[in-house]
Amino acid sequence: MNFEFFFNNLPELTITGLAFGAIYALIALGYTMVYGVLQLINFAHSEVFMYGTFATLWTVIALNAADANGIKLIAILIVALFASMALSALIALALERVAYRRLIERDAPRLIALISAIGASFVLAELMGLRDRIAGWFGLEDDLSEYVGKARINNSMAGTLEKPRFDVAGVAISSIDIIVIVAAIGMMVLLDQFVRRSRLGKGIRATAQDPETASLMGVNPTRTIQVTFLIGGLMAGVAAFLYMLKIDTTKYDVGFLLGVKAFTAAVLGGIGNLRGALLGGLVLGVAENWGQALFGGEWRDVIAFVLLVLILLVRPTGLLGESLGKARA
Amino acid sequence: MKNLGFRDKLTGLPKPVRILLWILLALFAYALPLLELPIISTPGVDFGGVLFTVTIYCLVALGLNIVVGYAGLLDLGYVGFYAIGAYTVGILTSFHANWPLLLAIPVAVVAAMVSGVILGAPTLRVRGDYLAIVTLGFGEIIRLTAVNLEWLGDARGIKNIAKPPNIGDEKSGLFEIPHLLWGNGTVLVDTEHPTKFLVFGYIDQVPYYWMGLTAVIIVLIADILIKSSRVGRAWEATREDEDAAELMGVPTFKFKLLAFSTGAFVGGLAGGLYASRQGFINPLSFLLLYSILFLAAVVVGGQGNRWGVLLGAILVAYLPQRFREFDDFRVLAFGAALVLLATLRPEGLIPPRRTVRAKQLEQELDELEQGTDEGEEAARV
Amino acid sequence: MSERILDVQSLTLKFGGLTALDDVSLHINEGEILGLIGPNGAGKTTCFNAITGVYGPTSGDILFQGKSIVGMKKHQITKQGIARTFQNIRLFPTMTALENVLVGADAQHSTGMLTALFRLPKHRREEKQGHDRAMELLRFMGIHRKADELAANLSYGDQRRLEIARAMATGPKLICLDEPAAGFNPAEKVELMDLIRKVRDQGFTVLLIEHDMRLVMGVTDRIVVLEFGRKIAEGSPSDIRDNPAVIAAYLGVDEEDAS
Repeated sequence: MNFEFFFNNLPELTITGLAFGAIYALIALGYTMVYGVLQLINFAHSEVFMYGTFATLWTVIALNAADANGIKLIAILIVALFASMALSALIALALERVAYRRLIERDAPRLIALISAIGASFVLAELMGLRDRIAGWFGLEDDLSEYVGKARINNSMAGTLEKPRFDVAGVAISSIDIIVIVAAIGMMVLLDQFVRRSRLGKGIRATAQDPETASLMGVNPTRTIQVTFLIGGLMAGVAAFLYMLKIDTTKYDVGFLLGVKAFTAAVLGGIGNLRGALLGGLVLGVAENWGQALFGGEWRDVIAFVLLVLILLVRPTGLLGESLGKARA
Repeated sequence: MKNLGFRDKLTGLPKPVRILLWILLALFAYALPLLELPIISTPGVDFGGVLFTVTIYCLVALGLNIVVGYAGLLDLGYVGFYAIGAYTVGILTSFHANWPLLLAIPVAVVAAMVSGVILGAPTLRVRGDYLAIVTLGFGEIIRLTAVNLEWLGDARGIKNIAKPPNIGDEKSGLFEIPHLLWGNGTVLVDTEHPTKFLVFGYIDQVPYYWMGLTAVIIVLIADILIKSSRVGRAWEATREDEDAAELMGVPTFKFKLLAFSTGAFVGGLAGGLYASRQGFINPLSFLLLYSILFLAAVVVGGQGNRWGVLLGAILVAYLPQRFREFDDFRVLAFGAALVLLATLRPEGLIPPRRTVRAKQLEQELDELEQGTDEGEEAARV
Repeated sequence: MSERILDVQSLTLKFGGLTALDDVSLHINEGEILGLIGPNGAGKTTCFNAITGVYGPTSGDILFQGKSIVGMKKHQITKQGIARTFQNIRLFPTMTALENVLVGADAQHSTGMLTALFRLPKHRREEKQGHDRAMELLRFMGIHRKADELAANLSYGDQRRLEIARAMATGPKLICLDEPAAGFNPAEKVELMDLIRKVRDQGFTVLLIEHDMRLVMGVTDRIVVLEFGRKIAEGSPSDIRDNPAVIAAYLGVDEEDAS
């Protein structure tokens, strides 16, 4: 164990960890809300995120962000953010329609819905991974090579952005990390307020608590479920954009591991609980980064799962307990 | 409903006839790679090898069915037990010792079972969905540990894993069995490439298939015996209503742990056999994807029904091999098939007899209720 | 007759700030039918749940045959000899009626994995014994013709009867029935009253929660009345009928029903 490195770099490690954690948290929202309303592990949510990363990548390529700077670059990035949110939301809604609605309406066993989700996840990932071949059917693979090329390997937008670091009390902090953390927490606060105060949000909470009564009280269950998927998709889009700012690289199967981590974060915080997702994400991100420094990078993913198992054994309902419906302060 | 009629006919037969039918079916299964039937055989890949893979999937599906189908525990990390079985065999017969395979397999199986108890004892108390994610984590931990530890051969894996012992002479076995050769409308006996009974070599995969098939048959019989006993009932009661089962005197935790470790036992056996056939393992053979494929095999076929999960296993293992020419689109097609199956036939291809009967009755009741009020009364009484 | 089979001593049960049971003491003599009554929310089912181990009491003790069962697991309590039915039917829906009863009978068995796998004599003996007992109970409840039906497909009344058969199969000394007549018509209730008496005549002690006063008065030996988690009266049916506290608290609202 490398204690010296760990203690010398503790602040940096923590901040980078928080940045990762914030991204986990945003993805975790999608899992936690769908679980809260439907008691269903939306296994394909990771692909919703993955499509978002590609939306950012393609926007950056299409608008030639590599040559832009200043206001123009910021404008491009804002377009990229909206593109990510739009594509992710679209995929999430399509997912609900194709893979789940029939099962939800017939009240099928949850395990079946999980299988459907797993299938949908494969389809979505493979469609992205085979995009060169699919473009080839239409004879477009050359025209679109910037977008559909390198279908099964890493796609990078590195170098598009400068990522200045600045020093605070001798600690080198990446500006991107700060943006990621602030943006993610801002989104979470907005969402939390939305779910608490708005009509739609109350509908979601009511359905989470008692779907039957909620529907008797005039809450339209199908619509509520759609809104839940929509919000999860939008948040995954934001996560995808922030992820691309930080990591620059994506791939057709990038969703899987991130999805598993995000779900872990949701369970860690208490599934169905929005604030739990934030806390779980941040705890997971920091723990991973610390653990990586102590034990070595190759154990990074092991740490996440060990942490999960340990916390579930001590607090079976997660750190903050499960309560989308109750959503108490 | 058609297969119900078939099933009724089958159970209606006198017992000796039924046993004879089963024996014939088993013989046909053993002879399958020798017959080289034109439509079933896999072009481009060794048919014996494909069949061996099918038997491994069948084993895994039977084992996982105990956990998921009978006891209702969602396990997303089943590949972990499979890996423990395979690695134990790898370590004991090649990497750190020189044991014969027949000694290593029982140790591998026990190791998998013990790890099942160690994982299950703390986690089976948490709620079902959490169990899914904890087991998923377990599967990944096992794989990543194998990647990271030099003692386990890290990413390079383990080579030269022992083969099963030959019976008879190493060159020719006890005797040789010819294959069939299918021409245009003619069937020839191909004596050029016979299978040697029983030599576990590198080229001819048929003996491995026989080994795998034998294991499947043994596990299947054990499954039948256990399911129709106090243990099987306790599993089913726990799955249906844990609290009620507990209040009827079923120590549910003990039985869940038993299901979990029995599943692990079978998973370990499958892993051990796989390692021996392969002769070589590395962490890539134990990706999370396989846990999901295994689960898909169980659910697609009809969880809780052993014949259903066998069918599911055969489909999941065999179809991708049969249609290799569409290699790149395999996973895509598989995913689409899962979505279609789940949405169109949620109870699986062959649901348990009970589900079929329940559905049928429900339908009858519905029809009656659509009739007169008296009809409705009659349906109730 | 006067041997106390169950002795609940100063049982208190709190959920957070809510006191569900407040210092309740009651006992059941061997071989009697004790009725536990009270208005909705009086704590009858909570009391049941405490006795069968679903909830751990906040304070107080529960003695079964002179031995404390507080802190025992649910299945251990069942094996001690307390069985129950549920207010809202909780059968194992995908299992047949016979199998449901067999699960109950299995409470007295100890066949494990290996015994079953190798079909050892113990397995055969227990299977036969369990099967015989289960069929006997199904016949006793009058539903033996439906032994191979799925529990989910039985009529409502048969499901209630099956629950009693399943509870009896666990081989209890005390059997707790939680509103067994709920949803029955008057004729069925009369039938059930006879049945409960027959259960007692077979040597079981019965604890009965019931809403229907006629049923309770007609079948029980003694009655305990709960209100707001406290015991307000105890005595023979005729005592209870004339007890002013009971009439005020419970029957006063619905006097016609009580007469």
